[in-house]
Amino acid sequence: MANGATGIGARVKRKEDKRFITGKGKYTDDVRMENQAYAAFVRSPHAHANVKSIDKSAALAMEGVVDVLDGHQLTGDEIGNIICGWAVNSKDGSPMNMGAWSALATQKVRYVGDAVAVVIADTQQLARIAAEAVEVEYEELPVAARADKALEAGAPEIHDNAPGNLIYDWEIGDETKADAGLAAASHITEMEITNNRLSPNPMEPRSAVATYDEAEEHYTLYTTSQNPHVARLVLSAFYNVAPEHKLRVIAPDVGGGFGAKIYIYPEEITCLWASMKTNRSVKWTSDRSEAFITDAHGRDHISTAKMGFDENGKITGFKVDTIANLGAYMSLFSSSVPTYLYATLLSGQYDIQNLHANVRAVYTNTVPVDAYRGAGRPEACYLIERMMETAARELGMKPAELRAKNFVRQFPHETPVIMTYDSGDFDANLAQAEAAADVAGFPARQGEAAKRGKMRGLGYSCYIEACGIAPSAAVGGLGAGVGLWESAEVRVNPVGTIEILTGSHSHGQGHETTFAQIVSERFDLPIENVAIVHGDTDKVQFGMGTYGSRSGAVGMSAIVKAMDKVEAKVRKIAAHQLEASEDDIVIEGGEVKVAGTDKALGWHEIGLAAYTAHNLPPEMEPGLKESAFYDPSNFTFPAGCYICEVEVDPDTGKTEVVQFTASDDFGTIINPMIVEGQVHGGLAQGIGQAMMEQVIYDDDGQLITGSYMDYTMPRAADLPFYSVHHASTTCPGNPLGMKGCGEAGAIGSPPAVINAITDAIGNNNLSMPATPQNVWNALQAASAAQAAE
Amino acid sequence: MYPTKYTKAASIDDAVKALGADDEATILAGGQTLIATMKQHLAAPSELVDVRGIDGMVGISLEGDTLVIGAATTHADVAGSADVQKHSPALASLAAGIGDPAVRHVGTIGGSVANNDPAADYPAALLALGATVVTNQREMAADAFFDGLFGTALEEGEIITAVKFPKAQAAAYAKFPQPASLFALVGVFVAKGADGVRVSVTGAGDEGVFRSEPLEAALGADWSEAAAKGADVGTDGLMSDIHGSAGYRANLIKVMAARAVASA
Amino acid sequence: MTKINMTVNGKAVTREVSGETLLSEFLREDLRLTGTHIGCDTSQCGACVVHIDGKAVKSCTTLAAAIDGAEVTTIEGLADGDLHPMQASFKEHHGLQCGFCTPGMIMSGVDMVNRYKAEGRDVTAEAVRHELEGNICRCTGYHNIVKAVQDAATKM
Repeated sequence: MANGATGIGARVKRKEDKRFITGKGKYTDDVRMENQAYAAFVRSPHAHANVKSIDKSAALAMEGVVDVLDGHQLTGDEIGNIICGWAVNSKDGSPMNMGAWSALATQKVRYVGDAVAVVIADTQQLARIAAEAVEVEYEELPVAARADKALEAGAPEIHDNAPGNLIYDWEIGDETKADAGLAAASHITEMEITNNRLSPNPMEPRSAVATYDEAEEHYTLYTTSQNPHVARLVLSAFYNVAPEHKLRVIAPDVGGGFGAKIYIYPEEITCLWASMKTNRSVKWTSDRSEAFITDAHGRDHISTAKMGFDENGKITGFKVDTIANLGAYMSLFSSSVPTYLYATLLSGQYDIQNLHANVRAVYTNTVPVDAYRGAGRPEACYLIERMMETAARELGMKPAELRAKNFVRQFPHETPVIMTYDSGDFDANLAQAEAAADVAGFPARQGEAAKRGKMRGLGYSCYIEACGIAPSAAVGGLGAGVGLWESAEVRVNPVGTIEILTGSHSHGQGHETTFAQIVSERFDLPIENVAIVHGDTDKVQFGMGTYGSRSGAVGMSAIVKAMDKVEAKVRKIAAHQLEASEDDIVIEGGEVKVAGTDKALGWHEIGLAAYTAHNLPPEMEPGLKESAFYDPSNFTFPAGCYICEVEVDPDTGKTEVVQFTASDDFGTIINPMIVEGQVHGGLAQGIGQAMMEQVIYDDDGQLITGSYMDYTMPRAADLPFYSVHHASTTCPGNPLGMKGCGEAGAIGSPPAVINAITDAIGNNNLSMPATPQNVWNALQAASAAQAAE
Repeated sequence: MYPTKYTKAASIDDAVKALGADDEATILAGGQTLIATMKQHLAAPSELVDVRGIDGMVGISLEGDTLVIGAATTHADVAGSADVQKHSPALASLAAGIGDPAVRHVGTIGGSVANNDPAADYPAALLALGATVVTNQREMAADAFFDGLFGTALEEGEIITAVKFPKAQAAAYAKFPQPASLFALVGVFVAKGADGVRVSVTGAGDEGVFRSEPLEAALGADWSEAAAKGADVGTDGLMSDIHGSAGYRANLIKVMAARAVASA
Repeated sequence: MTKINMTVNGKAVTREVSGETLLSEFLREDLRLTGTHIGCDTSQCGACVVHIDGKAVKSCTTLAAAIDGAEVTTIEGLADGDLHPMQASFKEHHGLQCGFCTPGMIMSGVDMVNRYKAEGRDVTAEAVRHELEGNICRCTGYHNIVKAVQDAATKM
């Protein structure tokens, strides 16, 4: 059954690459429909204002402008408000305060970029020019741009039904026990920690092409989505654009997602509706500046944390208080990010019996905030791992030693914050990372760097995350509005080739290769004979899409389940035709054989037999096509140890990551080449968060970092070669033993970087991003403090 | 972009005529800044008069000890020119560090100088090297040419045709890039020439490129890294933004000056 | 409108374009060569890089009308045969994930290697990283892109 060349564990080159390297990929903006018009949005230049009037006359008078549509027309056609699909209750039991979000604002705008109207015109150029000719009269209102300020008494209120801008005040864990644990501590480490706001920035900007077929009352939407079926579900069930059987959503090649393309945004809704209103195909493609003010941002937490230790360095208690900025409206999964994706991971890799976290989610006059690569888990990891490194420094212990003293070693392990870790070997990853990073040789390297006038530092991070999102009943119990299973269909064609239809969506992850590998492995077939079909609601039965590192652990598990059914049928057909017992049938080398005999049928002969149906077992249905829905039994828990080594130029504060070592436990690895690529990309985004990236608003809610001129994207020269290793334990929760690898790099790396830089400069008071200026300021503060001593 | 008209000028007269005929017409010399600005609807010229095809606008020559660079010569050509490398290696290395390779293939010295972006590299070179800006009407010393943010002494209808550089005894440019844009957060050009030491700073000034008197005095007295680092450059007139406070920029001015001196 | 003649991927092309038409728009919309991508509006991401007369240029910051008579090569026309060595190396070294920045990366990589070879300079990892400062990738962390360009340099 194993196929060494293209099966599980093989470094198979990607099947999808040829179209990308030759310029033949087909992305949404490459789609052109007959009779296509273009949409351009009229957006608020104010962060908070009442809309007094909209004068469309000048725009409508322009030749080539098809129509100018506003929010009153949209709501008049009963297009529903955009919703958050995960209900999180406050600790007093009250439901979260979800403010109304119309795709086109009618009464009030709540962030710079909030759309009030859309122009549909014959060309993109004209649509954009006409959008500037729409005159909107605003009455400006006071602005709450920062989360902590928005919670202060007297802050301007953004939604009528969210007094004090509070969305929810939520808790997890046992506060009494956490307090007692801290009271019993011999040492308490206390920190204020911010997690910087980021913009996901997939390189392909979002795009939508909507077409309405008047005769069929049917819509087709090409869009940049990580989950086309979820898009269709939400567009249909909540936004009333069209019933599901009258709406086809196609996500063709998608140029990166990182969370930003999970959500269904005002633009997609508006394009669909506008295609019906104008009876034209309507295309909208964001430019990068528009992406900065419309794509959901990520992170943006302000926390205080206290961690208590006994004389032996064992954690006695941990308390966290977090303010999470969700922006002006609640995006699709926003509520779950700072709660179930964040606070449930605050136990880290450690055995912490007494843990409590309180989270207040708050509205501000900024772009909505939702999941970005890692989503909640990077915030948790950063907080714990900064605390552990800081505590080790305060306690005079080696950072690795303090961590190891507190590692969880027995599995399953139930944390006080509702997670049950199923497997892992944290010692093995720590040991492997330390060996690969040559930690023992660090003092010598530090000394050599000092001779060159550079300050060298070393930092650790031991991360754990919950992936494979997620058991449907469990997340349903926590408030999710959807089930998070995955579906697959395996079609064996009459000639024996195989198509896999999957609800997962590949936007860079390489599913066309890795998904084919598990088929090649199972049926011992050439990988060329396997095709992966995804991204089209008319082709694939259903799917929940790709995010939360779920395509392997959940998506591939569904394929395995469907292959189980196919294999069972293949065995029955072969046993029938070869007059043998099903138990004696083996599938290998492109044949279906009777073990120990020379009786065999070609794999293609089985396919043909199934479809000709001339000689099938009695009662058997013709055909060889099976589908399955797989619902995971638990989250999966990828974990690992990252070690970062930096050199700081004290003259300028410029920091170079000179070595980055990763040791990850991802469970079973299908294609090491692709997994390493996922780690590389995650590390780049994590290092980006730690050293470069930050979305900055001024007090008036104006976005300062609205383009690549001010938002620093990591470039090749900013990054090192990464040293990537694995020390895996098998995940007991799914058939392939997979844990997931898509987010680990982004989750685990930021604290390792900041721990390394603070180690280098001898000042622990440093926030992300550690830009040259911020590091230089921290160096000045350290020397001022030294001078004062 | 807003609609515009493209005109390829065959001669200076042609270009002057086109520019004179329409107030909203502007020169296109490379477009690496102008086109980006137009895309964002921040500029809407009615006509783009492309001067790159005019005879004599492109090319590098040595006239005695004077290096003459045609206004429409690209950064890549300046960086790769043996004449420039021999005459003013600091200028070649500055040109090799403008933008990125694709930008350097198109952007031109005349365009950069005429735009006088406060974070551009070339203006620093012109000021410190004591260059002369040659236009279709006159020749101007760099000191008289640059005039505040995006401001120059150019009159309507005046077109830069070349820049002339005298030979320095020693010169170098050190740039600390703004992390996002990679423009100069601080760029310092130091030059020792016939009329003493000249030091110019780009990226840092509230009013654009400027000459640093404290650094000129310090390096004039002692051409050394230590002198640069010890100079009291102060924070007056320095820009503050998210990438660098005036204090941080002041520090970088000294550090970059020292690095420039070390490599000169 | 301006009438322009150029050679695109070896084929003669004649079109009327408006003054403001960008080369990227001309390639994508008029010629339907959609392998050239647009990832930013500040000339920084490099997804739009093509070659004009053999040199890498950002097609999103180039006017179509201004390159009358030029020879343009896009990602679609790069290979002389199946794959250009740079394309093959990107696949071999997993130098791409979502594929969106890839055409620009490959065109910049080819330009860089051509220049370095002409000047007799070594295509070191550091040089590749420096030369790619006008190309942004969000997926790969650049590790495999750098390896791919270096490997291709040995085969070009």
